[in-house]
Order: sequence, then structure tokens, then C-alpha cells
Amino acid sequence: MNGKITFTIDGVEITGKEGQTIMQAADDAGVYIPRLCYHPAVQAHGSCRVCTVIVNGKPQTACTQPITEGMIVENETPELKEHRRNLVDMLFIEGNHMCMFCERSGNCELQAMAYRLGILAPKYPYFYSDKPVDSTHKEIFLELNRCILCGRCVNASRDVDKKGVFEFVNRGLNKQIAVNSQTGLKDTNMSAKDLAAQICPVGSINIKGTAFAIPVDKRLYDKEPIGSDIEAKRK
Amino acid sequence: MNKILQIDVEQICKTCGNDRTKMMDIVRAVQDKYGQVSDEAINIIAKCTKCNRVEVEGLVTFYAFFSKKPKGKVTIRLCNDVVDKMSGLERVEQAFKKELGINFGQTTSDGISLEYTPCIGMCDQAPAALVNDEVITYLSTDKVKELVEDLRKHYDPNKIMHRLGDGNNANMLVHSCVHNGIRKKGGVILGDYKANEGLRNALAISPVEVINEVKNARLRGRGGAGFPTGMKWQFTRAAEGTKKYILCNADEGEPGTFKDRVILTERADLLFEGMAIGGYAIGAQQGILYLRAEYNYLRKLLEKILDDRRSKNLLGKNILGKKGFDFDITIQMGAGAYICGEETALISSCEGLRGDPKTRPPFPAQKGYLGNPSAVNNVETLCCVTRIMEMGAAWFAELGSKGSPSTKLLSISGDCRLPGVYEFPFGIKVSDLLKEVGAEDAQAVLVGGPSGQIIGPNEFRRTICYDDLATGGAVVIFGPQRDMVEIAAEYMEFFVEESCGFCTPCRVGNVLLKKYLDKILDGKGEPQDLDFLQSLGESIKVTSRCGLGQTSPNPVLTTLKNFRPSYEKRVKEATNGLQPLFDIKKALVPAEEIAKRKSEIFNA
Repeated sequence: MNGKITFTIDGVEITGKEGQTIMQAADDAGVYIPRLCYHPAVQAHGSCRVCTVIVNGKPQTACTQPITEGMIVENETPELKEHRRNLVDMLFIEGNHMCMFCERSGNCELQAMAYRLGILAPKYPYFYSDKPVDSTHKEIFLELNRCILCGRCVNASRDVDKKGVFEFVNRGLNKQIAVNSQTGLKDTNMSAKDLAAQICPVGSINIKGTAFAIPVDKRLYDKEPIGSDIEAKRK
Repeated sequence: MNKILQIDVEQICKTCGNDRTKMMDIVRAVQDKYGQVSDEAINIIAKCTKCNRVEVEGLVTFYAFFSKKPKGKVTIRLCNDVVDKMSGLERVEQAFKKELGINFGQTTSDGISLEYTPCIGMCDQAPAALVNDEVITYLSTDKVKELVEDLRKHYDPNKIMHRLGDGNNANMLVHSCVHNGIRKKGGVILGDYKANEGLRNALAISPVEVINEVKNARLRGRGGAGFPTGMKWQFTRAAEGTKKYILCNADEGEPGTFKDRVILTERADLLFEGMAIGGYAIGAQQGILYLRAEYNYLRKLLEKILDDRRSKNLLGKNILGKKGFDFDITIQMGAGAYICGEETALISSCEGLRGDPKTRPPFPAQKGYLGNPSAVNNVETLCCVTRIMEMGAAWFAELGSKGSPSTKLLSISGDCRLPGVYEFPFGIKVSDLLKEVGAEDAQAVLVGGPSGQIIGPNEFRRTICYDDLATGGAVVIFGPQRDMVEIAAEYMEFFVEESCGFCTPCRVGNVLLKKYLDKILDGKGEPQDLDFLQSLGESIKVTSRCGLGQTSPNPVLTTLKNFRPSYEKRVKEATNGLQPLFDIKKALVPAEEIAKRKSEIFNA
């Protein structure tokens, strides 16, 4: 045993460490599993479902499922690609994602994932989200119409920053992020240095004064698709 | 700051030990007293329980029975389940609006709020409503008139004049007009039994032997999923931890299910005995009955039965003289959330959190309530345990089939002459069942509630059991006059309302399914919409996080499969080449208003 676990993803043998999730072992091995809500710095949330893989015939999220000896994981199947496209499509139409005007364009994980999955235009009808923007804080503004409810800010603020600035309120389609104050973000102890302020995958939590600072061509996903850094490890 | 509110809320928090994990009880008490949980109250609760206000707000806004906005002293919640709609709900809605002079979602100046609520477990006596905790059944326009007149004399739901139901419904502690509707008693749940014999037999042997007996009986969970109970208990017993819990899932929320209502009314002792046996088997000192808010009218009776059991040493310390076996049961009230019937969401709710399902693994058997190993069992499952321990595994497995031993309680409603609760051996054919309940002309049968399957006559030869048509107990019958596309859309509305919103496919996908069904019902459907529904439904099924999402597309997928002509006759090729769902004329209205003229192209 000695803590090593061997399993396969799409037929490729991978050796991971005991206690790792499929996502962690795959990342270490340079196999990219598409994902949105997962971020290594915070507890896995498992809400976007984009990292759904088939484990021994059963759908599971790679970010939450621990590896076991000999498990057979399917990742890049035509069915899973279709499901992932459908999920990313759903996130696009649920919010207002006007990439051409968005501060996060080029650095946005949702946009980059759509490109990686070959989505050029959403196929579902838009929901036209209508949530107020919170620009009360001197360093940060919140645009919740772009939120994909990944929970990164909730977990980061609670577990890493030890502040608990964010939480989910309401349920179903009305579920959204709320801040720990009746009067907006300004009356919380949030700081732009918080992990919660840095970890948003989309243009929902933004640091003021940084918009469009990076020129086109130098942005995160301008040249290589999202996940390329992980795939580069496999050489 | 409102000083009285502060004193009251602080007192409520103190009664609950200022315990963050008792948040459901705290918020419920504030809601009951003030008809709302205001921002001010949220701040006080957060301070007392030492948590962030946004956490309290997160919980308050999750549950349908809690409200930040003020509600009336009396809240009428009219059940708008499919079966109620089939039983004349529309006239009742109109009557309420007329008598109260308000619309749904509003409150009268004298403090009566009117709302809708999904299935309240009264489908066999629909249409029905909750007036605060009181259940009023068989509503008609006349009855609504009387009810509102009566309420306006005293504004006290407990004083509403009504006849009394049968059995324990007439008990002073229940005092309800609900009737049991027991149509067929089988030998296991609704038959006679020797009280406490099962518990005595269990305590005479080792916990492992009890688990083996349950395994030998091949008992499977009665909530619908059918997980082997003995195995669940074995895992929980084997898990590391000194504190363990047995949780009973009495959050019976699957539309069309009401069999647990009858067990809780008439066989609560059988249930509590089963919980004690389970507690002994897995090594738990504490049991929790998670009771849906809609069944609060049964709470006093259940508390009394628990007290009686305590005084007879059937609960408490050294139960029935068994040294070292200490076990007690508390009741945790829900607050209007179907998702809490999902076992990990139920645990979240017991912990004073939003009713979000938890990430698995770890499973509840390893890390459940407050991180301790926990077994969550259905009401009926625990009743079966008592009978297994009383009569033996062989007796239990005599009835039913190999994979599905013994009997199952079915809640039968819809278009049939004899709705009610039936105890049948597993393996009964749907056609035989239809004969028995007086529904020979059925067009469709929903087995297992909307999360189950809707089948047509060519499948009525199939049997009700785990290996064929599995069900937690709901059977809803649709006569030849019903439109199955409309029914599917109604059930999707339910899932849209009840999705917790945690994961993308269930939160967004179900809304899309509903939109496309509405489009088809509106006569705007195109043939490719049917493939679209299929593909979207499959994505939701495969990628959803919990059982709710994984089964929520079933009303669409099973009607698409079994009632395809009903869909096909409604769809036609679009001629204008525009995007589906896009209504160009409607979209042009604002522009036309500004231009002060009609569109020349699209005004034909």
C-alpha cells in the first residue's frame, strides 16, 4: 500500500496519494478535468457539477470523490462533454454574462470554459437576472448578476479569512450570495486583500481600479485554453 | 431598537441554550410569536448564538414557513398539489380570494395571510389547507365561506369549528378533522402486534445479533431508495465515534404520499419502539424524529406518547432493566422544505443549517448529525424493525417477493373511487391495484410520486417492488380526461419551487424544462423541443448532486416515453425562423410605444 493508489482516467494509469480526490490526483498527473467551482485553496463545493466524471459506471464529481485502488474513471466521453456544455450553458443564461463589456473578460473562468468546450452562443433562453449591484465598499464591488454560486467566496471568507462575510440566502433559482450586513459590503470587515476578494472565478467580486488593466493578448486565457497549465505537467 | 422584541428573542435563544445548532427551533419560535423574523430579530439571534447575521438570514430565507416580511396572525396555506387541482382547487381558490378580498401572497388588513403550499399529505381528502397548524380537508366554496366567517370571530385556528376525524385524530391532543383513510390493513404495519415484545426480544440478544436479524429479514428502506437497513446499521455501528444517532425521517413530502401521516397518528408506539431497537443496534443514545412542519398538528400527541414511554422505562436510562442501554427521542420540527426528506439535507436541518444536502462521501453512517455516525431511516422502515424483532425474520420475509420481502404501505389518490392508505404485499400488479381502488379506466399511474415514474396501460402488468416499480408509497391515478403534458408541467413546477438551488442542473435545468413544457402547452412547441427536453432531462439526471435533482426530470422523461403522442400532437415546425420562445410582437411593444406606431413588418 504505502499510501499510493493507482487508478485510470480514460484508460491512462495514474498514481495518486491516499486521501486525494480524483481532481487532486488528476491535476498532479497533468490530466485536466474541466471544473468551475473547485479551487485548491478552499474546501470543494461540488455545486457547478462541471467536473462530473463516471466512476466505475456511476456519475460523481471529481472534486469531491476520493480515489480508490483500481477505480475506472471516464472523463472525456462524448456524453460527459455534452452534459458539461449544458451545465456551462445554464450558468450563462442564468446570469447576465456580456463578455465583451465585462472587466473579467479574458481572465474569466466561465468564459474560458465555454471556449474550451466549444460553446459559441448559449442555446437556452436568457433569464435576465436583475439583482442590485453593491458598490458601497471603497475597494470592492459586487455584481451578483454574474455570480455562478460556486461558493468560493463563502468558504474562503469563513475558513481562510476567518470573517464569514458571505453566505447564501434564499433557495432554488432565487438563491444568491449575501453579505454579513444589512447596509452593504461597506459595513462588513471585508478587505481587498482577503482571499475571498481574490478567488471569484467570474466578474462577480471585483477589486475597484483594476478593470481592463491587463491589455488584450496578455490576459490569462488569451493564448492557451483554460487547463493548459495543468496539461503542461504531463510531458 | 425594539426593547420588547429584544427581551423576547433573547429569552427564546436562552431557552434553546443560545445554541447555534438549535437555530431551527429558535427561528420557529420567533416566527410563531411575531409572524415574521425581521432583520432586527435576525441581529439579536445572531448575537445570542454567536454567529454571523447572514447565517441566520440564510436559514430564514431557505424555509417556506419562515418569513422576513410580516405575515398575518393567521396564515392560510392552500395546498396546490396536482391532486388538489384535480379535485376542484380552482373554485376553492376563487372562494378564498372572494371571502378574504385578497390575492394569494397577500395579507388582509385584519391579519389573515393567504398562500399556496405544495402537497401537505392530504391527497386522499383534497382539496385541503393548513390554517397555521390546523388542517382543514375536503374544502368547498361553502366550507371556505364558513371557515373565513368563523376565523373572523376569533382569529384562532384552534377554535375553528369542524367535525373530528377517526381514531387518534379525535384525540384531544390532535383534535383534527383529518381522517385516517385506512382502506386495507396488512399484517405488518397496520395489523395487531404485541407492544414492546420486539424491544424485549432485541434487548435479550446482542446488538450485532439484532442487526443480523434485520439483515436476515432482508429489510430494505421504505422511503423509496430501498437501501438494506441491516447494512446501513452495520456501517453505523462499525463507524468510529462515541456518540451515535438514529434519525427518523418523518419529512413525508413526496407529492401524493400520506402513509406516514397514518403511522404517526395510529402507530407511533410501533415507530418509537423501532427507533429504540435501532438505537440499541447501532449504539446510539439519542434518536431524533424529524417531523415535517405540515404535521405539526400531530406533535402534542407524539410528545405525549414519548412521555408515556419514558414513564414506562421504554425510553430513558437502563431501558427495560437493560444495564447501560440509555436512549431517548426528541422531535425536530421542519419548516416547509421538500429537500429535507433527503437524508443529508435532513441532517443539515437538524443541525440548524439551511436544508442543503451534504457532500458524500462521507456518508451519514460515517459522519452524520454534528459529525457523528448516524443512521437515517424512514418511518415505515422502523415500524418493520419492531415487527421483525417481535415475530422473527422468517415471518417477515414470508410475504412479498425475494428482493422485496413483506408489505408496503401505499398512499393512493387521484382519479379513483377509494383513495386512502393500503397495505399490500410487495409484488402486487398495478392492474390488480387499480381494480381494488376503483380505477379500472385509468389512463396513467404515477408510481413513487413525481420523482418516480408515470406509466400508461401497456405497463399496468408491471409490479410494485424494488426491482420493478419502486415507490416510497405514492400512487397517483390519472383518469382518461387528464392531459399528461399538463400534469408533467405541474410536477416540474413543484421541483422548481423545491430545488434547494445548490447545484446548477437542478437549480437552472428544472426551470428550463418547465419553460419548454409551458411553451409546448402554449401551442408554440416545435418538434425539436422534444429532443431538447430529453437531452436536458438526461443532463439533469446524470449531473445533479442529490436524489431530488437526479429524479426531478422524471415527470418529463417518463411522459415523453409513455405518452409521446400527447406531446407530438402539440408541436409543429416553426414558420418564421425565429428563436424558440421569442415572441417578436411582444418584444416590439416598448419600441412601438416610443415610436407611437405599430411595426409595419410584424403587425400582420
